[in-house]
Amino acid sequence: MSNPRVAIFDFACCEGCQLQVVNLEEDILSLIALVDPVEWREAMSDHSDSYDIAIIEGSITRPEDVDRLKTIRERAKILIALGACATMGGINKLKNNFDLKEVRQAVYGAAAGMAHLNTEPTRALDEIVKVDFKVHGCPIDNRELGAIIRCLIMGKTPVIPTYPVCVECKKNEVVCRYEFNEICLGPVTRAGCGARCPSRGFWCFGCRGYAEEPNVAAASDVMDHYGKTVEDLKSRLTLFVGQQEFPP
Amino acid sequence: MTEKSNTLNIEVHHVTRIEGHGNIVVRAKDGVVEKVEWQVPEAPRFFEAMVRGRSWEDIQTIVSRICGICSVSHSLAAIKAIENAMGIQVSQQTDRLRILSHYAEYMESHILHAGYLVAPDLLGQKSVVPLAASHPDLVKTVIGLHRLGNEWMELLAGRMTHPVTFKPGGFSSLPSEAQLRDLQQRLVAGLPELEKLAQAVLSLADRLPAFTRDTEYIGLVDGQSYTFYHGAIGSTDGKETVPVRQFESVVNEYVSPQSTAKWAKWHRDSYAVGALARFNLNAAYLRPQAAKAAKAFGLKPKNCNPYFNTVAQLVESFQIVEHALEIIDAVLAAGVKSETPKVAPKAGEGTGAVEAPRGTLFHRYAFDEKGICLKANLCIPTNQNHANIQKDFEAFVPQIISRDPQEVRLLLEMLVRAYDPCVSCSTHFLDVKFV
Ligand code: SF4
Ligand code: SF4
Ligand code: SF4
Repeated sequence: MSNPRVAIFDFACCEGCQLQVVNLEEDILSLIALVDPVEWREAMSDHSDSYDIAIIEGSITRPEDVDRLKTIRERAKILIALGACATMGGINKLKNNFDLKEVRQAVYGAAAGMAHLNTEPTRALDEIVKVDFKVHGCPIDNRELGAIIRCLIMGKTPVIPTYPVCVECKKNEVVCRYEFNEICLGPVTRAGCGARCPSRGFWCFGCRGYAEEPNVAAASDVMDHYGKTVEDLKSRLTLFVGQQEFPP
Repeated sequence: MTEKSNTLNIEVHHVTRIEGHGNIVVRAKDGVVEKVEWQVPEAPRFFEAMVRGRSWEDIQTIVSRICGICSVSHSLAAIKAIENAMGIQVSQQTDRLRILSHYAEYMESHILHAGYLVAPDLLGQKSVVPLAASHPDLVKTVIGLHRLGNEWMELLAGRMTHPVTFKPGGFSSLPSEAQLRDLQQRLVAGLPELEKLAQAVLSLADRLPAFTRDTEYIGLVDGQSYTFYHGAIGSTDGKETVPVRQFESVVNEYVSPQSTAKWAKWHRDSYAVGALARFNLNAAYLRPQAAKAAKAFGLKPKNCNPYFNTVAQLVESFQIVEHALEIIDAVLAAGVKSETPKVAPKAGEGTGAVEAPRGTLFHRYAFDEKGICLKANLCIPTNQNHANIQKDFEAFVPQIISRDPQEVRLLLEMLVRAYDPCVSCSTHFLDVKFV
């Protein structure tokens, strides 16, 4: 059986997630041995219209992006969204809180009318096409990506935690950020990062999106205990999870 | 490439993404250049608008996402601006550790550029992948240095990209003295590896095109060090310096129809920022091994060959390692003291600047009394270079237009790549459409 053909594409983003692929350093060579990379503009000159797995970074912000994304979807057997920009719109979704004409005006002033500065509300990939798999985080964790690709190649379904960051944080025996009167999104955010930020003394800002099982009761207990309200959470929630509704 | 009646059309098309989705367009007829254009059609992301209404505590988390490669520089510029707006002072330890973190980004970024992007060009390859077979030792050195940069960053900033330990007022967590000593040892071990990379590039240096165009170079200067973090704005065109808070009077941004990015000019129609600019302004303050590397390449200020930006990056790689060793010594001598940044928001406006690997980066924000951001102005190095790339093209293309079209294409791609607009930007130039 030949190796699956893999292509990597990017849309509006900071490219930090592709950088995590480069940051695999030597390990990238062992991954490349399992797959057949056919397009990765970042690192290769090759171009291909035929691939089994398409890995896509970035959000959709322009009409021409939509067409390109649909074409990639038609060609790919498996489509993977890489990083928060692709899985949920990520930081780019902050833009949607504003009137877009006004946004263009604020950044480009009188020149805002020029056609090439056109922009649309930011969308995640799955707001346009079917996404088979999501690699969460801003940026992604490259070890998690490696594990996911290996799973997919072996025909297994990768397991991503459905519980919140707090679970991992407790395991690390970290002092809770609420003890410092800070707002941490750990109670509602999907685990899998090893509670990276609280472990370094910084609150979780929700870069992996909502946990499927956020343990809302425990979250509101935390809020009550420290005298915080859901309103307090909301400002920070807008950072990475856009205008999604707060989980019920 | 088709050549009809001596018409030459080169279009290097839709080549990349943020801070450098760039196109090259050249049209010539009978050896006469009709059109030369460096176009920047990147998808605009509107960060300056998006930070409005956000809390001062979340700003660096947001603007870090402007660029995955320069995320430390963006975070630091933002934090300096916030501290400036709110009158927050930081300790000497914080100052030193920030500079140390900043250098980790330089290691990652310069090695990525020189090792993964430029080395293949010089060795006539299209990417680093075939080099793994043809030059395994060189690739091993590059990967080792890049890994060192990443581990250095993870220790100080909490991640390899998008730092989490930086806050206005200080750090959210500090490295231990043992970790710093370990880093110091690894940096010492990294110097001979850097030397190997420099030797490899030096042996190919005659393949760097001999193109010069007198240019204005701009960067931070403090009159006493090869600064990346403190200082005022200096220019090779004049002795006077401009305080960072007046950066708008230097960059004079304008919107070009060729670009979604803004362009900049100061004393002339365009200027350049980046490693070569810093070298041209601050070479007198290089540490010994960095100065030695510059000498080996015959790099002297003022050098106006944009292709030598890569050489300047190598020189800076020595500089940051040598200075990092001194900083660690100083931090250890004083002892790592735990500090909890306790700062309260205040209304005000503030500016922050740092040298990002690609050049001077300016952030300005205004906040209300609760620390909610009211407005922002961010001026990014790659944008400051766009007009200069265009001017270089206009000067260089007529000189080389009679050469083989493939060679013209390669030389122009290499020129853009020398400015190091961004990792994907550079490699995307391999994807070329000929009309
Ligand atoms: S998810 Fe984050 S790190 Fe990844 S591309 Fe988007 S902004 Fe960059
Ligand atoms: S709220 Fe934050 S700091 Fe507290 S336990 Fe949960 S993840 Fe950890
Ligand atoms: S702790 Fe939160 S913000 Fe930090 S990496 Fe994990 S999910 Fe993202």
